[in-house]
Amino acid sequence: MIEFAQQLVNGLSLGAIYALIALGYTMVYGIIKLINFAHGDVMMVGAYVGFFSITLLGTNILAAMLVAMLFCAILGVIIEKVAYRPLRNSTRIAALITAIGVSLFLEYITIFILGPAQKVFPSSAFPITEYHIAGISILNKNIFVFISAVVLMLILQYIIKWTKTGKAMRAVSLDMEAAVLMGISVDKTISITFAIGSALAAAAGVMVGVYYNTINPLMGIIPGLKAFVAAVLGGIGIIPGAMVGGFVMGLLETMVSGYGNSMYRDAVAFGVLILILLIKPTGLFGKNTGEKV
Amino acid sequence: MLAVKEIDVYYGAIHALKNLSLDVEQGSIVTLIGANGAGKTTALKTISGILRPSSGAVLYKGKDITKTAPENIVALGISQVPEGRRVFQTMSVLENLEMGAYLRSNKKEIQKDMENVFARFPRLKERRKQEAGTLSGGEQQMLAIGRALMAQPELLLMDEPSMGLAPLLVKEIFDIIKDINSRGTTILLVEQNANMALSIADKAYVIETGEIVLEGSAEQLLKSEEVKKAYLGG
Ligand SMILES: Nc1ncnc2c1ncn2[C@@H]1O[C@H](COP(=O)(O)OP(=O)(O)OP(=O)(O)O)[C@@H](O)[C@H]1O
Ligand SMILES: [Mg+2]
Repeated sequence: MIEFAQQLVNGLSLGAIYALIALGYTMVYGIIKLINFAHGDVMMVGAYVGFFSITLLGTNILAAMLVAMLFCAILGVIIEKVAYRPLRNSTRIAALITAIGVSLFLEYITIFILGPAQKVFPSSAFPITEYHIAGISILNKNIFVFISAVVLMLILQYIIKWTKTGKAMRAVSLDMEAAVLMGISVDKTISITFAIGSALAAAAGVMVGVYYNTINPLMGIIPGLKAFVAAVLGGIGIIPGAMVGGFVMGLLETMVSGYGNSMYRDAVAFGVLILILLIKPTGLFGKNTGEKV
Repeated sequence: MLAVKEIDVYYGAIHALKNLSLDVEQGSIVTLIGANGAGKTTALKTISGILRPSSGAVLYKGKDITKTAPENIVALGISQVPEGRRVFQTMSVLENLEMGAYLRSNKKEIQKDMENVFARFPRLKERRKQEAGTLSGGEQQMLAIGRALMAQPELLLMDEPSMGLAPLLVKEIFDIIKDINSRGTTILLVEQNANMALSIADKAYVIETGEIVLEGSAEQLLKSEEVKKAYLGG
């Protein structure tokens, strides 16, 4: 029981990270029907910006997260403008291949500039404390990751549900042409979607730095894929689905590592993808509309 | 108020509108009638700026809006009730109406217009928290009309608002159109239901395969043998 509770604690913070990344996938898919495979790499860039914010600018971890979010919001907007917008009316496969190109570009430009070696996330920025509660060990970094992710998700929910911008985002993703007839600027709304999604990924990147202690230029690939699976699991395009999917993936991964063999944890993630595509391709929260991912 | 001047519109190789001209006078109801695939929707989309003509021009209050962005066309006072209603299915009735007022910022006035829409369509008020997708076809059409009115249009483009509705509801919708017009909004109404459309319109155009083949006062067209044969079932 204690062992289970322990895995739960670990899984929740990992799941929160996956959920944050999955949100970006799902929001972008919801609005332009593109699987943005560069999204995990935006997370990586966020981790580096956070790293340099701490080491060069001397900021604390929260400020580093904000700097990373701002930087990646702009990066996301630029990526959309330069790489995806010119292809908006072409085939989906063209945009998908472009996304893979952007992904490789971000990975190798980072290697080119900073080198391939991993960097150790400065522990001074986040001294680790361990708490013992009822026999469970809880690290302050787990609490930090979980709480900041939940706060960000609540802010996102607020924006989407209650603000004019959020409603416009929903309108555009439901019916782009009808949204245009309301006077909503589709370009602007898509830019905002990329900005928000990329900012969330950046926050997740800094969290990954805190959680795993090291960052490297290819660190976005596996968490990016797992977050993608999380988004599909929840039903791609569905925001609450991405959150739930993220937590499920995080918990599943820690349970597999804790009870089974940690060698299998990545295999399990993709097993989930195969299963969901076989059983319910629209995901846990999806309606069966016949739309295939 | 609106002058469409000799526009040609293509979908790739398909020549959907051929040298099409229309005039809509301020305060009037003008109807554009024609069969399936004649080009009615294409004409409205071009006026709204969603499609661009390859030649010709669209003038609104004397201003060339042929290249104006769709959102700016809405801002100038042209709203559209699109074919098939196109309400935002998983957004509430209230949110749909808010989207109609997207370009406006005066909250008080928006609130006032919202009350006006609810006064006109009491059923929407009852269902204001409900998702639009759960409404009946007639209610969705009312929502689509209410949503367009939330933009305070001077010119309202309506694409087959009677489509798929029961006869009683069709009559209700046409009464509403007349009423909207009597309060000062100019209307360009696209219809396949020629009888109904001609009965409320001042002026009418008949479109066939992208071309205007007949035009005149609604009265004239109601009497015209050609129109009777092709569109009025006799
Ligand atoms: N997106 C499109 N791509 C290619 N061709 C199109 C497209 N939309 C319409 N068309 C063609 O253009 C012509 C005019 O279509 P349009 O939708 O304007 O007709 P309509 O008069 O509105 O018909 P309906 O009464 O069925 O709504 C038709 O031949 C149609 O097949
Ligand atoms: Mg049509």
